[in-house]
Amino acid sequence: MNLILFTFIVLLGFTSYYFGRKKAYTIQSTKKRLTALPQFYGYYLAIWCAIPAFIIFSLWAIFEPTIVKLLVLNDYSNQGYLDDELNLIYEKTKALSRGQFTGEITPFIEASAEKYLSLRSIAQSSKVVIVLTIIIASVAYAYKRISSNSRTREPVEKFLNAVLFTASLAAILTTIGIVFSLIFQTIDFFKVIPLFDFVFGTHWYPAKAFVRDSSEALDPSMYSDTFGAVPIFAGTFFIAFIAMCVAIPIGLMSGIYLAEYASSKVRQYAKPLIEILAGIPTVVYGFFAALTVGPFLKELGTSMGLEVSAESALAAGGVMGIMIIPFISSLSDDVITSVPQSLRDGSYAMGATKSETIKRVIFPAALPGIVGSILLGVSRAIGETMIVVMASGLAANLTLNPLESTSTITAQIVVILIGDQAFGDPKTQAAFALGMSLFLVTLCLNIVALRVVKKYREKYE
Amino acid sequence: MIKIKAKDVDVFYGKKQALFNISLDIEENQVTALIGPSGCGKSTFLRCLNRMNDVIDICSVKGEILINDFNINDKGCDVVRLREKIGMVFQKPNPFPKTLYENVSYGPTIHGIAQSKQEMDEIVETSLKKAALWEEVKDRLHEPGTGLSGGQQQRLCIARAISVRPEVILMDEPCSALDPIATAQIEELIDELKKEHTIIIVTHSMAQAARVSQNTGFFHLGQLIEHGSTDKIFKNPDNKKTQDYITGRFG
Repeated sequence: MNLILFTFIVLLGFTSYYFGRKKAYTIQSTKKRLTALPQFYGYYLAIWCAIPAFIIFSLWAIFEPTIVKLLVLNDYSNQGYLDDELNLIYEKTKALSRGQFTGEITPFIEASAEKYLSLRSIAQSSKVVIVLTIIIASVAYAYKRISSNSRTREPVEKFLNAVLFTASLAAILTTIGIVFSLIFQTIDFFKVIPLFDFVFGTHWYPAKAFVRDSSEALDPSMYSDTFGAVPIFAGTFFIAFIAMCVAIPIGLMSGIYLAEYASSKVRQYAKPLIEILAGIPTVVYGFFAALTVGPFLKELGTSMGLEVSAESALAAGGVMGIMIIPFISSLSDDVITSVPQSLRDGSYAMGATKSETIKRVIFPAALPGIVGSILLGVSRAIGETMIVVMASGLAANLTLNPLESTSTITAQIVVILIGDQAFGDPKTQAAFALGMSLFLVTLCLNIVALRVVKKYREKYE
Repeated sequence: MIKIKAKDVDVFYGKKQALFNISLDIEENQVTALIGPSGCGKSTFLRCLNRMNDVIDICSVKGEILINDFNINDKGCDVVRLREKIGMVFQKPNPFPKTLYENVSYGPTIHGIAQSKQEMDEIVETSLKKAALWEEVKDRLHEPGTGLSGGQQQRLCIARAISVRPEVILMDEPCSALDPIATAQIEELIDELKKEHTIIIVTHSMAQAARVSQNTGFFHLGQLIEHGSTDKIFKNPDNKKTQDYITGRFG
């Protein structure tokens, strides 16, 4: 029903566009000059159709459920029900009207369900009538109003401005919403687990929290030595460090090769090929690390007499580094290419060789962008989940031996949130606390990146 | 004395020929101006003299260019040494995004000219003095070169070019991005520099060519139409085209 109405309104919008333009053409044919192009007259009418429709739809969506609920529950007033019980009755009514009610059907509820259905259908049909009347009225009003010297261009531009503003507002509000949900859950978590234990504790063992029987009262003391985040922070930075050790040299060198040395033909094929690396899903990297690289390293280590875990930080970090190569190479290639040719000419004209020019002129000029690309790679490494989950294990060991398994923030969030979990449980909230710390780390990285870029930014003029 | 002798130089961009059979002698310690309408090949010819056309993939140069009787288009020519001897100043000031000091010390560093910090300081100071920039910047040698005004930047580029004591300085429309006052300063400087360097300047301004140069070559559609002393070219050219261009009838 709503879909048909919606389609109809869209059609109406197109029709009013058509009529608006047509009227403009008619005015034009009388040799009068219009204040705007004919399309603007069309858009103007279409907007007069869209805005009232949008307003009424939103109002309806907000108020209809409340009003219907009030009317249905009106029958139960003066009978001494509590609010919770009334809510329950209303839910039962709705379930019955959908035919999904499984409990015992009482005549009361049956009557309410019927009333509910009839109210809904009244609401629906009145919505259709009201929407259509108002739209047609407003379009007709606007249609009559437009003349050769009416202003149509400005309102249309303003409307577009508002639409674009709303879109960016939606993105910003979502971000703020996510941050706040993180903050509140994190605060709840730290009510049970002291911040000090979380930040400085060296023992991470959230599975211990499973043991608690839900009927038992929450006893914070039993969580001591359970949520110490040091091992997973250390693991996160350690694996990211290994990844960057792989990604920075290879990425940077291939970026420099592509930008400065490669002939246009090589570049034409090599760049897309490297960028394909970025298109491989991280799961694929994950099982590449877990099934190929991990066992290979283990065998290699064994043959050299080293103790290598099949799930090692080295395997995960190394493969993660490979994943990050295209980010660094592609971005630094772009940055280096955008260094003005005049600087290269200046350096060559002084008799500098290619490598001298790159080292002394181009690299310093491109440094802000290169640092930016590296920091972007670091945030990718810190936020990467799948490869770690698959290749480096889930046990949060506090170790700096790349041949042992270790775990990261993201992997622990996965561990915590897989399977059943109860909201309000410290174990679940730990995930939010971890998410929050991850968010803070990446935020700091971004701020540092911006600072660096700003400080070293060179003007080319 | 002849410093540079170009013989039958042809330049191609891919299949398109940009210069036809250019033969031109350039006198030592004089200023030679190359004039002509846009796209006539004068900048291309200038870039042949320090092999800057090597940077452009599709560009190929044929013919002989003798500098001190040595053909720079020879396989045996060391481009690094060549460009040490032949400096260049570009149309748009292009200081490196480094400090003033580093801009000037760039050439001496890569050619290993200075043996000590003190020697380098001296080179930087003399170069900036010769470029008539020292007084303005001596207190801020360690600030970025990009912070200077356009005219100062161009003089910084000249200081950079003369820091390695080149025998020849090529200037590709060095004043086209500058205001009249900065232009006058640069022209004065060119006059000063010709005592120690041979200068070849490409310019669009006829007045500039007349003011600064002793010899002039007129290019048109990739050909050298006429060359000779500036006096003769401007007062009594042999060729009708030169006459028309100089009097502003075309171009």
